[in-house]
Amino acid sequence: MHLLLITVALQILAGMAACACACRPRLATFVGAGLGAIASLLGLLPTMHALQHGGVDTLNLAWDAVHGGFRIGLDPLSAFFLLPVLILSALAAVYGGSYLLAYRDRKNLGAAWLFFNLFTAGMVMVLIARTAVLFLMAWEVMSLSAFVLVTFEHERAEVRQAGWIYLVATHIGVAFLFLAFLQLGHAAGSFDFEAFGLMSAMGPRASGLLLVLALVGFGAKAGLVPFHVWLPEAHPAAPSHVSALMSGAMIKLGLYGLLRILTFLGPPAAWWGLTLASLGLFTALVGIALAMQQRDVKRVLAYSSIENMGLIVLSLGVGLWGQSRQLPLVAGFGVTAALLHVWNHAVMKGWMFFAAGSVRHGAGTTNLEQLGGLMKRMPATAAAMTLGAVAIAALPPLNGFAGKWLLYQGLLLAGLATAGLHSLAILLVMALLAMVGGFAALSFVRLVGIGLLGSPRSEPATHAHESSRWMLGPLYALLLLGVVAAVVPTRMSDLLAPVRAQVLANGAAGAPPGAGVASRELASASSRASTAALHALGQLNAALLAVVLLAVLVLAVQRRRQPANQSTWGCGYVQPTPRMQYTAQGFSQMMGGHLLPRPLRFRLTQRLPAGLFPWPGLLAATSPDPIQARGYEPLFRRLAERCMQLRLLQQGRVHMYVTYIVVMVVVALMWVSVRHGWATP
Amino acid sequence: MLLNILHTVLHVTVALTLPPLLLGVIGKVKALFAGRVGPRLLQPYYDLFKLARKGSVISQTTTWVFHLGPVMGLVTPLLALLFVPLVDSHAPVSFNGDLILMVYLLGLGRFCTASAALDTGSSFEGMGAARELTFACLAEPALFLGLLVLVKLTGSMELATMLGSSLAGHWPTAGASLVLVLLSWFIVLLLENSRIPFDDPNTHLELTMIHEVMVLDHSGPAFGMILYGASIKLFLFAALLVRLVMPVSTGSLALDWAVLVGGVLIVAVAIGVVESTVARLRMTHVPLLIVAACLLSGFGLVLLLR
Repeated sequence: MHLLLITVALQILAGMAACACACRPRLATFVGAGLGAIASLLGLLPTMHALQHGGVDTLNLAWDAVHGGFRIGLDPLSAFFLLPVLILSALAAVYGGSYLLAYRDRKNLGAAWLFFNLFTAGMVMVLIARTAVLFLMAWEVMSLSAFVLVTFEHERAEVRQAGWIYLVATHIGVAFLFLAFLQLGHAAGSFDFEAFGLMSAMGPRASGLLLVLALVGFGAKAGLVPFHVWLPEAHPAAPSHVSALMSGAMIKLGLYGLLRILTFLGPPAAWWGLTLASLGLFTALVGIALAMQQRDVKRVLAYSSIENMGLIVLSLGVGLWGQSRQLPLVAGFGVTAALLHVWNHAVMKGWMFFAAGSVRHGAGTTNLEQLGGLMKRMPATAAAMTLGAVAIAALPPLNGFAGKWLLYQGLLLAGLATAGLHSLAILLVMALLAMVGGFAALSFVRLVGIGLLGSPRSEPATHAHESSRWMLGPLYALLLLGVVAAVVPTRMSDLLAPVRAQVLANGAAGAPPGAGVASRELASASSRASTAALHALGQLNAALLAVVLLAVLVLAVQRRRQPANQSTWGCGYVQPTPRMQYTAQGFSQMMGGHLLPRPLRFRLTQRLPAGLFPWPGLLAATSPDPIQARGYEPLFRRLAERCMQLRLLQQGRVHMYVTYIVVMVVVALMWVSVRHGWATP
Repeated sequence: MLLNILHTVLHVTVALTLPPLLLGVIGKVKALFAGRVGPRLLQPYYDLFKLARKGSVISQTTTWVFHLGPVMGLVTPLLALLFVPLVDSHAPVSFNGDLILMVYLLGLGRFCTASAALDTGSSFEGMGAARELTFACLAEPALFLGLLVLVKLTGSMELATMLGSSLAGHWPTAGASLVLVLLSWFIVLLLENSRIPFDDPNTHLELTMIHEVMVLDHSGPAFGMILYGASIKLFLFAALLVRLVMPVSTGSLALDWAVLVGGVLIVAVAIGVVESTVARLRMTHVPLLIVAACLLSGFGLVLLLR
């Protein structure tokens, strides 16, 4: 526990030290990244201990803030989310050290490292805070330092726009969190998490309201549709190591908050599970349908993060629903799927954003239409990105499939256990999930095929170069983690057993006392079932990887036979140019132009040349976020217009303002005297 | 134990040797319809043998992804076939939820072959890859919904049981659902194996093709692997159909295998008949037919749960 405090302190210290030597960028990087990474690694010790041995550890320190002291704690749930935060932040620090050095002439790297380390420290504090006040303060530190990091390249207008949207979205989210914690504090009579846990169950209406508040507040951070609009803006704008950390760790904290609130709420009602599941499914469908149409690599990844958060929330919803319907196997599969996918997605997204950053670094752009041919020019990055695409499209030999596989099994069991309309709905969800899988394959084949393969589509891509060892190292570390996670998923599910128990425990709390033993037996049965499933999957993944390796070896031997080299077959055309390749827009044209529901399709603007003196023609396809373009933008514009009407009051003349003050004082005096007159006749 | 090993050996042997014959049968049926003699039934085997010995020409733009595509296109349907019970209720590998894995293994194969196609940097192959993946998005739910009907019917999550001999008992009670699934899966079979009305394996107009256009640049042994892999995939889907219609277990091993082989060949004849009598669909109409397949299986599910 103390080690975690040291981690936080060391991180803040590292940031300040980096800031102090800002005039020497290399030293600032060395101090900021190096110390920060060491601090993160230090924090891994108590985290692993908490995961392996379970148990709850708390620490109280004197602090004279209102509403609660300085209380921090570490339990399996916190440790579960601390693990990706710490590992990713250590790797991102190493990676970012190399990535940011390219900016050393233009930017103050000291400030960048200060906020990077504050960001990590904030995330750690969010996870270990045990009073509402401390939690919200840490939450704000995390959100605000992320804002500074996102606007690192603030001289670009779109980056400023992205930062602005992020800031507004995150604060609207926080407003809901304030309401949620106020309600909790009112019910429990204290702002201590312990008090929240001990209070008697709230009424169904109060707990439902709390869940909705938490869902909006934390959903805004987790990127659930329709609260996701900041995510596809902020991820591409931020430097890649920050996007990796934001996508891999920060958005998961939204989920942590949700799980933490759920542990206070007592046994779940069926509609909670249904709400979460339908929100998750909707998020996954919208996210992946938009991912396949984006042109920027990092935007594709951002939308894929939205999809994956949707899958996680869907799994959690299935788990909660199973719990409320007394179906322990369904609950076990659902919750395990959600937790497993949190870890796997953290690994995959870190890995993909590191690769995308390396592409940005080497080829100078992340626009798919200008990339291509990178497999020859930056083989290590491109190979890692290809493997990452297989993983993130949730295909078998890599780690992304495990969570989805458990989710499918949970849904199958739920479908078998119910009858009639319920069963039909659950089984239809599975069909939609299969469609999400198909969309993901389309998006990521497009990302790999257009972005990395073929021949380069632009001048910078032709001269792309491989990144430094410091950038490839963290990338391959995550890749290795992903492969290990794919081959021994049981090891991971063992590690997260105490977390699953903690999440599922609140359902048992409301059960009659005699049911305790039975529910424990059922819980162990469900954990056995998911372990058995993962065991089979691990073996299959290992076998598949072995087959692929064997095939690669055979191919390597065969290549010595030196096949004849020719240019690509162009159906008789002998002078192909790279511009004749299929484009990213074309690749998703059939889906994005015809088959998706109308609001999700891309928009075509065209102006054809006409008349006697024709002007240059124009054809442009854009795919703006439909919820932002049709929902938030008009809403905020209308709000702004309403507020403009208040400008009438703001005259800019001093005597008008003095008049306002006089009128205000007179009205207040009158009101007070009238009330006073009523009270004492 | 011994019987199990015998089963597995037979399963793998049939899965490896029989598939090209289906291509031969289809070719023969089409030739008969056209009034030609047609190539020999065993011609696909000769073709594969010939391709295996040939050298190859490779585009300069390609990388290892291009080489991995055909391998995965061969390996994944073979692995998926290990989950499917060919006779009785026995599959070499089976565990809870293997139906999902079967679908996703086919997805992996598609991912790799499409990436390999894009590796050449040819616009034709890019077009083919885009179409293949777009249509797969719709075909996967259709296949899945059919599998879900079987799950709900048999109460099992293993393909070996779902398509095992216990299914026979459900035909009298849930025949309507099963017929709908059969129709839906036949459409999926035609699509997944790039048959008319979705795609024409014999055309030479690259602009109109889906699957075939993805393999334009492959030659020699790699092309052989693609052909072989495609035939195994065809066999897989044909076997699914046969097990759906005739999940019988006669007690005699030889008779069981005869039923399966006969059934698969009948499916091949049916494909040949469809290819000879139906015209290709316009590309924009293809999704409609796939959605129809989804609806058919979906309706099967509704009938079952009403």
